[in-house]
Amino acid sequence: MNKLPLIIKREYIAKVRNKSFVVMTFLSPILMVGMILLIAYLTQLNDTEKKVIGVLNESSYFANEFVTSEATSYINFKDITLEQAKDSTMGLGFYGLIYLPNETNLEQVAQRAFFYSKDAPSATVLDKLENSITTRLRQERLRELGLSPKEYAEMDRSYNINIETFDGLQNVKGINEIKAIIGGAFGYLIMMFIIIYGGFVMRSVIEEKTSRIIEVIISSVKPFHLMMGKIIGTSLAGITQFGIWIISGAILLVIGLAIFDIDPASLTKGGGMSPGMANTANVDVDALTQNIQLYTQEIFELPIFAMLFFFIVYFMLGYLIYSSIYAAIGAAVDNETDTQQFIFPVILPLMLAIYVGFFSVFSNPNGPIAVAFSLFPLTSPIVMLMRLPWGIGEGGVPVWQLVTSILILIGTFIGIVWVAAKIYRVGILMYGKKPSYKELYKWLKYSS
Amino acid sequence: MSHILVANEVTKQFGSHTALKNVSLEIPKNSIYGLLGPNGAGKTTLIRIINQITFPDKGAVYFDGELLKSEHIAQIGYLPEERGLYKSMKVGEQALYLAQLKGLSKAEAKKRLKYWFERLEIGDWWNKKIQELSKGMAQKIQFVVTVLHEPKLLIFDEPFSGFDPINANIIKEQILSLKENGTSIIFSTHRMESVEELCEYIALIHKSEKILDGKLSDIKKAYKNNIFEIGLETNNQEALLHEMKDKFQILTQDYDSLENQLNLRVQLPSNQSGEILSFLGSRANVNGFIETIPSANDIFIKTIQNKNIDNE
Repeated sequence: MNKLPLIIKREYIAKVRNKSFVVMTFLSPILMVGMILLIAYLTQLNDTEKKVIGVLNESSYFANEFVTSEATSYINFKDITLEQAKDSTMGLGFYGLIYLPNETNLEQVAQRAFFYSKDAPSATVLDKLENSITTRLRQERLRELGLSPKEYAEMDRSYNINIETFDGLQNVKGINEIKAIIGGAFGYLIMMFIIIYGGFVMRSVIEEKTSRIIEVIISSVKPFHLMMGKIIGTSLAGITQFGIWIISGAILLVIGLAIFDIDPASLTKGGGMSPGMANTANVDVDALTQNIQLYTQEIFELPIFAMLFFFIVYFMLGYLIYSSIYAAIGAAVDNETDTQQFIFPVILPLMLAIYVGFFSVFSNPNGPIAVAFSLFPLTSPIVMLMRLPWGIGEGGVPVWQLVTSILILIGTFIGIVWVAAKIYRVGILMYGKKPSYKELYKWLKYSS
Repeated sequence: MSHILVANEVTKQFGSHTALKNVSLEIPKNSIYGLLGPNGAGKTTLIRIINQITFPDKGAVYFDGELLKSEHIAQIGYLPEERGLYKSMKVGEQALYLAQLKGLSKAEAKKRLKYWFERLEIGDWWNKKIQELSKGMAQKIQFVVTVLHEPKLLIFDEPFSGFDPINANIIKEQILSLKENGTSIIFSTHRMESVEELCEYIALIHKSEKILDGKLSDIKKAYKNNIFEIGLETNNQEALLHEMKDKFQILTQDYDSLENQLNLRVQLPSNQSGEILSFLGSRANVNGFIETIPSANDIFIKTIQNKNIDNE
């Protein structure tokens, strides 16, 4: 009789009923939303604190450069000395004082200009001041070259290059960053899941070992079944948790949208239209709206289904490989403190995959490093998913690489599960000593 | 077939360490078979081979006349020495799970559990978690789980450890009644007094090898050495002792003044108890006359000591 379903069921129920699991599952979305709200609130709080800066302008320039804006307001001092101005600034509790001395030309004024403040001034404030002065300087220099302010304004208009793929589809700047974020999110999700749930599998194995129930169970169940049941049951619990998070996240999002009165349809409006339609329908709309629509559209044109499909494939294979390793580690040691020396080499390739993803794949998704790491089985689940938003086939991941990487992954999976099962089988009935790698290698050679 | 289990020249190695070396055993049906041996002798390895947790390198094991195979697991119940239960699981759920792993259907397992819980008067534990129970209570549940699927062969490794005398006695009665109902039992222990009480057959394993096996009464007969303990009441001790020393070999003597009794240990040539009895009958009151039969403990220690001397 196959006892695997029984074991999976028990592992699943044991995990799901666990108090910390329940708390984590239902508290996390609330905590997340709470944190986002808190951050939003705090940023807002910071923004509302308007900075007041005193201006002592003795020069004949800078008449309209320092205009009160949302974040900063400028108070002009007149007919007082610098010392008096400093005192007043301090006395009135202003953020700082900008001093523009009386000089014969603008260059000189800029040279001798000072900003006084109580503490070291913030970078944003300095940037703003420097920008204002730079703009004025440039204007002055161009005027000297014979350019009218109007001509200058014309010259300053910004420019965006038009982008199009060879297929003739209109493209937008920055879409690569969005693809990178999506790919990165998938990869990161896999890494987190492996580390968290792999850890659960490991602790569960250690628990069976230390409580000695393993001795009782092992006479009725094959160690391999026990190991696989544990891995599958724990991952189902994990999927349940993620499911609850997604559903509750969606509910909270809908509630949030309702509260802030945002029409969800407006977010996806551009997506449903073909590029041509979007262009003709929105001829008059300004470039910004059009760009937003193009972004949404690009996101909708990502290979969503292919990505989801391969996400599941890579996720399953990657998780099975790593959690078998975790199970073997759990079986090899007597308590959790002994796991450290084995855990690090397991987490290393995961970290490497994430770093390679962020530093190499995003800048060059089809470069040699990206290809190598998306074929190497311990990093491919993460790296390949980071490459997938660029598409499959032409311009994206070549089909042969995808197939090869999955085949290598399956082969590795079989190999690792075989090795892990051997270590597990010997380890679960070994007590009292912390094994070395050499010892583990010896276990592999034990006949069952 | 008269044997529930036959092990034939079983050898098992772990790396360079030999855990079992050419061990052969024959365990008769419907008996209690004591598997004895010092720590690390190889008992647990042998039991694990019977349970198919591990497999022999050489030799074969036959269960009820057939070569041991995975289907036989359902016919074997094993209570390991190191045992435990899932701490945060409820008693009833846990027992059901373990019973189902042994191949019982859920309904059948429930029915039998009800019966056993009533029999051991632990019915109200069903919804308790293991961590709320004492060690002895958990042991009882473990016992129930072991016997629940009514196996033909039960293997108990130190079943009484962790029990108070009252509960140990309850478990002993249950073991005996299981044997009455036709179950064969392997009983692995260091506690020799329970061997005397329960086992009909024993095997002694030492340093990976079987050094002794057979029916306990036969082994005892083989190990007895014609030493008799005699209690005498006499008026003339000196004379009697003097006379006896000529005829018999007296090992020890001491006088119990409270009872006015002379206690002797006498070594006789084989089958001459009649002679000494008739000799003493006319000279003193014989209050006690008993042949010292070696205890299992004595045999255990003696055999192992002999073996160690042989090896040196």
